[in-house]
Amino acid sequence: MEQIETVGDIIAAVTVDRDSVAGLPTIVARDEKERERIANYMARIFQAVVHDLENGTYLIVRH
Amino acid sequence: MVPGLPWMPVFLGVVAGTVARLMLLRVDYRQYPTYPEAYLSHLAIGVLAAFTGAAVLPALQEHQWTAATFLVLVGQQFTGVRDMERRYLSSIDRVELVPRGPAYIEGMARAFEARNYVVMAVALLTSAVALWGHNPFLALVAGAAVGVAGFVVMQGKTVGDIARVRPGRIEFEGSLLEIEGVVLMDVGLREAREKWRERGLAVVVEPVDENARDTLASPGQRQAMVHDAAAILGVYIDVDSPEFTPLVRRDLRSGKVVLAAMLMEPDIGPLLEVVKRTPLLEASVRRPNSVRPGRRAAD
Repeated sequence: MEQIETVGDIIAAVTVDRDSVAGLPTIVARDEKERERIANYMARIFQAVVHDLENGTYLIVRH
Repeated sequence: MVPGLPWMPVFLGVVAGTVARLMLLRVDYRQYPTYPEAYLSHLAIGVLAAFTGAAVLPALQEHQWTAATFLVLVGQQFTGVRDMERRYLSSIDRVELVPRGPAYIEGMARAFEARNYVVMAVALLTSAVALWGHNPFLALVAGAAVGVAGFVVMQGKTVGDIARVRPGRIEFEGSLLEIEGVVLMDVGLREAREKWRERGLAVVVEPVDENARDTLASPGQRQAMVHDAAAILGVYIDVDSPEFTPLVRRDLRSGKVVLAAMLMEPDIGPLLEVVKRTPLLEASVRRPNSVRPGRRAAD
């Protein structure tokens, strides 16, 4: 099978909705403020970008 | 020293060529070279080129036919030097906050090679005129003329020559950063979006025709615009804040290109000027209007 070129790797998901993510390392935050804080820290730790899926979940992606 | 080799034409040729190389060495718009080591090595190769150009005709006149072989050898050396420049620029590109990209680097390496050929031509003509005209002043004038001609020929076009560059506005549709309806990126963190709203600058580049549109489509060309803006105006990011990286995207319907950047000097005027003066890369230039299928396809 051909190697698909990826533009980035998903490090983790940070969410307030436990059920909306599957198959990824997930951190469940208690509320949106905590989600924001955790996502910020993770972005700094992994030198990654925070993307908002607008369904309660943030993705931490390394480009 | 080769017996009988007339020193005056050779000397004049070397001087003319070296002066030409010095003038071409000005820290040009591309911010390179800046360090003394680079100056010296560029200058040294320039002197080599000047000497070769200056010595060829006098040597041939003295029936020293090996001079012709030297021309070939020197040509090969120039190509080797171009490869060296490319490797150097590519390896430092990996640690740049905003890289140049391979297309830009290739263009710079070629320009470097071309400058040496101009130097050789200047030296050649100067020594030729000195040799047969016996007038040193005329020789230098001839050399200067070739130098100026070479310089003019090597000037390429810029983005401002093929497109209208104007300010735009950064807008957010949810967490999507947009400029005039073109989505550039998804900025998840609220404070990151605030930062973009505060300090972000937006530029819209509208191509004037199909040639311009296809040239600007090239990712290498767009990366060059972003790199030049970052290099000259300073980019407001570090390695751990990639969400503030300058971005360029194109509008598929109109072919216009939008650029969003956060700079250390947040003035839209200088940013517009930098984008306008970004050189067009040889690898990116497209001219569909010069061929029939392209013209037929054009609206």
